[in-house]
Amino acid sequence: MTIKTTAARPSLLRAVRNINLRAYGMIIALVSIMLLFQVLDVVMQNQNFITPRNLTNVILQNSYILILAIGMMLVIVNGHIDLSVGSVLAFCGAVSAIALSEWGLPWYLAVLVAVGAGALIGVWQGFWIAYVRIPAFIVTLAGMLLFRGLTLKVLGAETVGTSGTYNSLASGYTVAGVDLRMPTLIIGVLGAVAYVLLETRSRARQARAGIAGSSQAAWVSKVVVLTAVILVAAYTFYSYKGLPLIGWILLVLVIFYTFIANRTVFGRHIYAGGGNEKAAMLSGVKTKQTSFWVFVNMGALAGLAGVIVTARLQAATPDAGSMFELHAIASSFIGGASMAGGVGTIIGAVIGGLVMGVMNQGMRVLGVATDTVQVVLGLVVLAAVFFDVWNKKRASAGPIVGIAPGGSGEAKRKNRGPDDSGPAGDDSKDEEPESVGTG
Amino acid sequence: MSEDILRMRGITKRFPGVLALDGVDMRVKRASIHALVGENGAGKSTLMKILSGVYAHGDFEGEIELEGEPARFRNIRDSEESGVVIIHQELALVPELSIAENIYLGNEQTRRGIISWNRTNTKAAHLMDQVGLHENPQTLVEKIGVGKQQLVEIAKALSKEVKLLILDEPTAALNDSDSENLLELLKQLRENGVTCIIISHKLGEVLAVADEITVLRDGRTIETLHAVDDEVTEERLIKSMVGRDLEHLYPPRTPDIGETFFEVDHWTVYHPEHRDRVVVNNAAITVARGEIVGLAGLMGAGRTEFAMSVFGRSWGGDISGNLTLDGRPLRLNNVSDAIKAGIAYATEDRKQYGLHLDYDLRQNFTLPGMGKVSKNGVVDLHEVTSVSERLRSEFGVKAPSVYQLAGNLSGGNQQKIVLGKWVFTGPELLILDEPTRGIDVGAKYEIYELIHELVDQGKGVLMISSELPELLGMCDRIYAMSAGHITGQVDRENATQEELMRLMTLETASGGEELRQ
Repeated sequence: MTIKTTAARPSLLRAVRNINLRAYGMIIALVSIMLLFQVLDVVMQNQNFITPRNLTNVILQNSYILILAIGMMLVIVNGHIDLSVGSVLAFCGAVSAIALSEWGLPWYLAVLVAVGAGALIGVWQGFWIAYVRIPAFIVTLAGMLLFRGLTLKVLGAETVGTSGTYNSLASGYTVAGVDLRMPTLIIGVLGAVAYVLLETRSRARQARAGIAGSSQAAWVSKVVVLTAVILVAAYTFYSYKGLPLIGWILLVLVIFYTFIANRTVFGRHIYAGGGNEKAAMLSGVKTKQTSFWVFVNMGALAGLAGVIVTARLQAATPDAGSMFELHAIASSFIGGASMAGGVGTIIGAVIGGLVMGVMNQGMRVLGVATDTVQVVLGLVVLAAVFFDVWNKKRASAGPIVGIAPGGSGEAKRKNRGPDDSGPAGDDSKDEEPESVGTG
Repeated sequence: MSEDILRMRGITKRFPGVLALDGVDMRVKRASIHALVGENGAGKSTLMKILSGVYAHGDFEGEIELEGEPARFRNIRDSEESGVVIIHQELALVPELSIAENIYLGNEQTRRGIISWNRTNTKAAHLMDQVGLHENPQTLVEKIGVGKQQLVEIAKALSKEVKLLILDEPTAALNDSDSENLLELLKQLRENGVTCIIISHKLGEVLAVADEITVLRDGRTIETLHAVDDEVTEERLIKSMVGRDLEHLYPPRTPDIGETFFEVDHWTVYHPEHRDRVVVNNAAITVARGEIVGLAGLMGAGRTEFAMSVFGRSWGGDISGNLTLDGRPLRLNNVSDAIKAGIAYATEDRKQYGLHLDYDLRQNFTLPGMGKVSKNGVVDLHEVTSVSERLRSEFGVKAPSVYQLAGNLSGGNQQKIVLGKWVFTGPELLILDEPTRGIDVGAKYEIYELIHELVDQGKGVLMISSELPELLGMCDRIYAMSAGHITGQVDRENATQEELMRLMTLETASGGEELRQ
């Protein structure tokens, strides 16, 4: 009967602080980086960085990394790692290019061949990892060599060109002859409206059930900020050529996988198995089966990314996708995954990937050499995780926020609560933890 | 020299939002055994962390005097140099290293900068002799039982020339004979001039060994008792710890036992890796509706292995035997089958096997019963939250909200979450493995009440416990297990500790090693 109304009347300041530092830290970091490049560009080259064209390029140039990062996040959350995605991507891209150009299959079948090949590779790796219980690091390290070798074999060390609709997957702005400019704006506005409606409905349902959610101020500011982000993004893309086809594909993937991760039994089992495999198993989670399908999914997404890379280069090449696995892994960690598993969000991985993409694009526009770009990106990975560990340490001893997008999982683990007789024990008069995310 | 080796005055320690210690005073006599008791959350561990330098001087208020000198430890190294050594509940040993190497870890025995294994092993052997650990110093720590590992920790402390040894729940994971050995060792150390502070929930053992007892409650010192002069009894201590009279340790109950609905027979389980080792041998038990059935046994008797093998073959290999529920034979291939059939198993190790400490109450409560809050594989998050709110209040989990992480709660509250998550699956039979291990007296009572509620609803409970008084106080019928065999059963009227102990030690010659990996 005693349902406490948690976090009923926190000050606006506290609400803002909670939102800023915890949940939306990554978004803020991303926006800050963009603003930084804007300033640098204006000062050094007297031009804007935040232009519809540059933003569109960021999407186009990083789409395949983002696709990989979505799958990689699930792999890492489940407590594994996948080092083979770069090679798998190359292999699937090669097979699909051959299917398209040499077997003469239509473009959609060529895509299906790639995704299917990726899924089969996932079956192979998932079998060794989930059922034979060989560590994923080793299985996928083997896969990295194996599938790079097979790529060379099927391509005969040559490139296979692609053409037609297939190529427009990576860089087109039309679908079936329809220009995507107007739809970008319309769907953007509809999306913003739908988002507000969904949030309001869920808030009302919570209130009716007597469940205390986050505070009013926090909720309103969250909805306002995110609605603004949707509208601004829609308008920005509209004012160039519209959201490219690949952008739409990504959008669908992000929404779909966020739904899978947060709202389906399978998704929650991915988290439970990664967070504490033994406890999950003893709670009836089929942990092996879950891990297996996570790898099948990773393979399929690598296959799709293979299509995009091939379409973008308009050819399948033997060395496509090298180092991509590391970029995907880095995106996940920047986006808040924990090495130990159990922590991380899809949106986090995507934002992590965008942080890297924006930095990359920004430095290139400024004319920074490739070697320097690599050095900086390396430091960014370290800094992102360090900032989070430091931030959590600073705010430690207080209760830790629940699942929230962004924020390093490493930090969350380091601050595991005290044992039986620790300070935040039974009747602690702690501040109420503000729960954000999953709402 | 003063009579007191240690004086702590006015120790106050704040955590954000919590006053963990509020002006605690404590004096410890030289060469004595001093017990520190109190409920979980009373501040015992915090106080000991202050004493051992885990919380540096300046992080708290108050004074510490060691042998008459003010002590200002900045870290654990400082305190160890002054002869204060703490042995934590979770042992800090490296399983893959040898006993000798563990003893001298961080204090390596070197000659010209190169480790002298000869010296390490010889000196270790000498220390091991002192603590009565008869093993080869080169044996790996993972190869010896937890009782012996505890001795390794003490030998390690002795190697640091310990004057004041702090033991946090040293016997929590030990069986009775290992506990007894350990307590004897403490007495022997006292003879040699080592002072011990022991934190323990086992009041019987506190009374058996301690010279003085300090009681903490809600971060304050309640009293310091002299074990002999003050004629301290368990009841007296409990009253002081909880600040109220606990009429009885166990809530009253009128058993209303229905018909037998769950049966196991010819149940045989082999070790999953050592396939020739029988861990459970032809065991048979029955449970009736509304009945609390106990399962007693020494560590390694195969109780947990039995329970887990029944629970959807979650442990063991080559499992054979029959399970019957409500007259129908059961075939359970995995845990999810077991849950569907109406069986729940709440593990003895709630931190590792029972909970997701990094996840909040909602996720923990609904993990095994996720089918009940989802439709076509899609989880209803509102349902998850409202179910969790309901379970939180029904089970009296003291947490600010359902968004609290399980790892931030005390042991008693964590145990309530474990019970809650299993009750939510709607089981007919609940197997509770050590349901009150490591939790305080008040929380124990609440857990007992919850168990009573369950059987009042007509469910059956199989309760595994290492504490015989608990089994005697709670169960209608108790099976005893020894070396994989069910060696007998006694009912409530005829059950005594002596009889149970006799049954539990029958035939142990056939090998009651610690079996689980």
